[in-house]
Amino acid sequence: MLNLDDILKEAQAAFAGIDHPAELEQAKARYLGKSGALTEQLKQLGKMPPEERREAGARINQAKDLLEQALKDRRVAIQERLLQAQLAQEALDVTLPGRGLSVGGLHPVTRTLQRIEALFRSIGFSVAEGPEIESDFYNFTALNIPENHPARAMHDTFYVDDQHVLRTHTSPVQVHYMQNHQPPLKIIAPGRVYRCDSDVTHTPMFHQVEGLWVDEQVSFAELKGVLADFMQRFFERDDLKVRFRPSFFPFTEPSAEMDIGCVMCGGAGCRVCSHTGWLEVLGCGMVHPNVLGHVNVDSEKYLGFAFGLGVERLAMLRYGVNDLRLFFESDLRFLRQFN
Amino acid sequence: MKFSENWLRAYVNPDLDSDRLAHALTMAGLEVEALESVAPPFDKVVVGKVLSLEKHPDADRLNVCRVDAGVGEPLQIVCGAANVRAGAKVPCALVGAQLPKMAIKLAKVRGVESSGMLCSETELGLADESGGLLLLPPDATVGQSIRDTLGLDDKLYTLKLTPNRSDCLSVTGVAREVAAVTGAELNLPNAVVVPATIPDRIAVAVDEPAACPRYCGRVLKGLNAAAGTPEWMARRLKRSGLRPISAIVDVTNYVLLELGQPLHAFDLAKIQGGISVRFARPGEQLELLNGQTAALDSDMLVISDGAQALALAGVMGGQASAVSDATVNVFLESAFFSPDTIAGKARRLTLSTDSSYRFERGVDFASTRAALERATQLLLEICGGAAGEITEVTAELPQRAPIRLRVARVNQVLGIALSAAQIAALLSRLQFYFAEDGGVFQVTPPSYRFDLAIEADLIEEMARLYGYDNIPALPPTGSLNMLAQSEAARGRDALRALLTARDYQEVINYSFVDAAWERDIAGNDSPLPLKNPIASQMGVMRSTLFGGLIDNLRFNLNRKQERVRLFETGRCFNRLADGFNQPEKLAGLCYGNAKPEQWGEVVRAVDFYDAKADVEALFWPAVPRFEAASHPALHPGQAAKVWLEGEFLGWIGTLHPKWQQKYELPAAPVLFELELAVLLRGRVPAFVELSKFQAVRRDIAVVVDEGVSVQALLDGMSECLPDVVAELVLFDVYRGKGIDLGKKSLAFRVSMQDTLQTLTDEKVDAVTAQLAEVLTSRFGAKLRD
Repeated sequence: MLNLDDILKEAQAAFAGIDHPAELEQAKARYLGKSGALTEQLKQLGKMPPEERREAGARINQAKDLLEQALKDRRVAIQERLLQAQLAQEALDVTLPGRGLSVGGLHPVTRTLQRIEALFRSIGFSVAEGPEIESDFYNFTALNIPENHPARAMHDTFYVDDQHVLRTHTSPVQVHYMQNHQPPLKIIAPGRVYRCDSDVTHTPMFHQVEGLWVDEQVSFAELKGVLADFMQRFFERDDLKVRFRPSFFPFTEPSAEMDIGCVMCGGAGCRVCSHTGWLEVLGCGMVHPNVLGHVNVDSEKYLGFAFGLGVERLAMLRYGVNDLRLFFESDLRFLRQFN
Repeated sequence: MKFSENWLRAYVNPDLDSDRLAHALTMAGLEVEALESVAPPFDKVVVGKVLSLEKHPDADRLNVCRVDAGVGEPLQIVCGAANVRAGAKVPCALVGAQLPKMAIKLAKVRGVESSGMLCSETELGLADESGGLLLLPPDATVGQSIRDTLGLDDKLYTLKLTPNRSDCLSVTGVAREVAAVTGAELNLPNAVVVPATIPDRIAVAVDEPAACPRYCGRVLKGLNAAAGTPEWMARRLKRSGLRPISAIVDVTNYVLLELGQPLHAFDLAKIQGGISVRFARPGEQLELLNGQTAALDSDMLVISDGAQALALAGVMGGQASAVSDATVNVFLESAFFSPDTIAGKARRLTLSTDSSYRFERGVDFASTRAALERATQLLLEICGGAAGEITEVTAELPQRAPIRLRVARVNQVLGIALSAAQIAALLSRLQFYFAEDGGVFQVTPPSYRFDLAIEADLIEEMARLYGYDNIPALPPTGSLNMLAQSEAARGRDALRALLTARDYQEVINYSFVDAAWERDIAGNDSPLPLKNPIASQMGVMRSTLFGGLIDNLRFNLNRKQERVRLFETGRCFNRLADGFNQPEKLAGLCYGNAKPEQWGEVVRAVDFYDAKADVEALFWPAVPRFEAASHPALHPGQAAKVWLEGEFLGWIGTLHPKWQQKYELPAAPVLFELELAVLLRGRVPAFVELSKFQAVRRDIAVVVDEGVSVQALLDGMSECLPDVVAELVLFDVYRGKGIDLGKKSLAFRVSMQDTLQTLTDEKVDAVTAQLAEVLTSRFGAKLRD
């Protein structure tokens, strides 16, 4: 009976030296199996005198508990080691690139248009469209530009035939829209426009956004308020300076050119603003009574303002693009910069 | 409109420096496009008189001059200019002078002391090139600062005038505007009347009084055409960008600039009989002053004598009656031609003259005669001679009816609160005639304002004078209604987002293309041409977006991009019998590897089915049908029409090998083009009860001939599809070992579900067998195990 401690020590030592679950189960059998060392001890209890049997039995059971605990500990330890080995083996180089498609992107003009649309939608403007081949009537006459008016010379017009042109501005959408909707109305009309002009600062096609607000009470002061707000929000500059200068468009009166403080030099003067500190960004004005008259809107009852801005111009200023022509070359190295 | 500031300030001299005056003009709507100094800053340059000169002892090309510069003793100055002469008056830079590019010091030139420098225009920064010393007029005052002698302390204003402000196409007009804007006093030259001293007259018949409501002319005789144009006039002309030519021409140009009235001088010797103002006759021609022979249209007004047209009225004179150095007698014309008569005529002859530019915008019909008098005065002063009586023919001049201007309307439109008194003050500054009664003005615009006809025109005047800067920027007011938002409509931006997420880059191409692209890519032999294309390769309107995308591919392949995936949305154009069709389309192109080159993926070129998945994704959850068809741009065996619910939507396919070859592409891209209007149609989702019962899946694998399309099999099975079939999908295609050549193995997944009960095995087997029967009996399919 004295060798219980020896058995226990021997077993603990044996377990500790085992690394595999199967070997551990074999080792367990050597002590707790049918003919295991401890089992043999238990078998001998019957041969003992009853007064010794109880004490010996307790000692053997205690030893058995200890042995099973040792076995359990070892099992956990082996499982843990195996798990660690598995994890170590399964470890990835997490710095390898992800697989699959990459992601494309929008054209900077589209990106700019989306931004403009979102800003105007936020104060209730909806988006309208119109054709790009326009009749002379919609592109000029309905906008108070009769034939031979000197203002027609300001538009380098592409002609499709004697009565049809590629629209030179998005303003005709005003006319279409007012023919089909009653005031109050509040729209912007983005789209392609065409001028027969091509050099470093002109492309024969570019994008404009036309805006129109007609209601019973719309004033020039509100025109200034809306457009100043727009420019400050567009450039995310609350302190952006704006100014309105008298100008002339046949379809608005009073008419104005809107300038913003140069976003490149902060107004100090640079090449972009021709050292004036100001950038001309859009034309605007109160809708001319003749334009309202062409679409049978009562110009005594209703007032309106309209504006037209160049999208490429805003995109160039916003993103610092220095060559207009890049927008239409479809060079992926350029386009991807806006993704 | 370009002019000298000193000239302007002679008429109106506001207490503003040049920059502030320019700003005031710009903010009043006369945009100052450029403000330049006549001369760069320099000082200590005076009028010097060369008293004598002798050769430099050590240099052949140098002269040693004695120069009287008005500083006491004559100066000894070494000069290398070839045109230096004794007696000449020239600019002399004194010691200490700071010229644009050098400082003048006491110096020794090859051993000879030189106390100053005689200057050319280049050295003074007045010209880029010059051929020697600047020779001054003999009457120049020795010792006077050259800046005063030449009036160099002056600036040049260039105005970018809008077409409505023809009244500012003269220095007088600008001065009037400056006075109105700044409140400064206006001092215009007094009108003159030159009495007739000779009896000569020419009869004038105006046949077209509506086109020429006023015509004035007079005869001047005994002029010295070779007389020199006075320095002050030549200087003002030059500073307005006009080159002095001869005294007679210069005077007419000067009066044009001063008063805005175009004049024309005919050589009296070349006029036969009386003058008539009439429209050109059929086939009539006229050799113009610029040498161009114009074929005249019947709506072009001419000035004619008894024999022929002498001048194209309001545009340009004729060569035959032009004044020359030999001219002694002239007939001087000052007329008012109506803007409508002149408008467009110069442009039709590809001309633009100072005269036509003004007449088509409107010339002051009240100063026709005054301008003629002014020109007469100047001509007699400069050229001598005598003037005859003015012949004037006046018909019905434009009306300047009073315009109603309501104080309340001004304030409503502008969003300000002007009083009647303030408005009256502004009208007075503009020198408009007006009367006011109970907040309503009656305003009569002056004859020189062609842009004022309705109340809005006057409101603009009030805004300009009040100052746009002084009108507040107010937040808008108005009804706050939410915008209609159709849930069934999809936005373009959603489609763009889907394509960019699928690795497409958006491009924007010109809407006009090379006619060859239309022929090749769209099979379009009669594309829609532009009448005035900017370049021949941009001569026709596109009917497809494919051409641009293929061109973009070439461009990027040339820049070492190997994988290109592009899309564009835009209008395409076709002529219809009664107008134009301008549908918006969405097109895509993919080229190169299906996926970006990367580890762990087998490299594979993009193919038809990759692009097809993108097209299907664009329509999802709607499912379009694809039907083999041929398209001029596409490979005949790899092209399909796309349909949705019986509506034609567009095309998908691989570029035809012949175009791949012609456009020098290493491989053929896959292209698709769809009608955007249909893609923008979405749907509002509608809930369907979820089944409580398990779905069951069965697969049917068959072998069929290669020629049988999957769509045909799906259509066949769908014709009598039992209700329990929730989904029928092809999930595998196999060719190769175990399958005979010319055959293919197809595997379909049938998902079955009943919303009311659990499906029995018998039912499932029966449905499967029914579908398999369709395939075997109708399509000759053989079932695989």
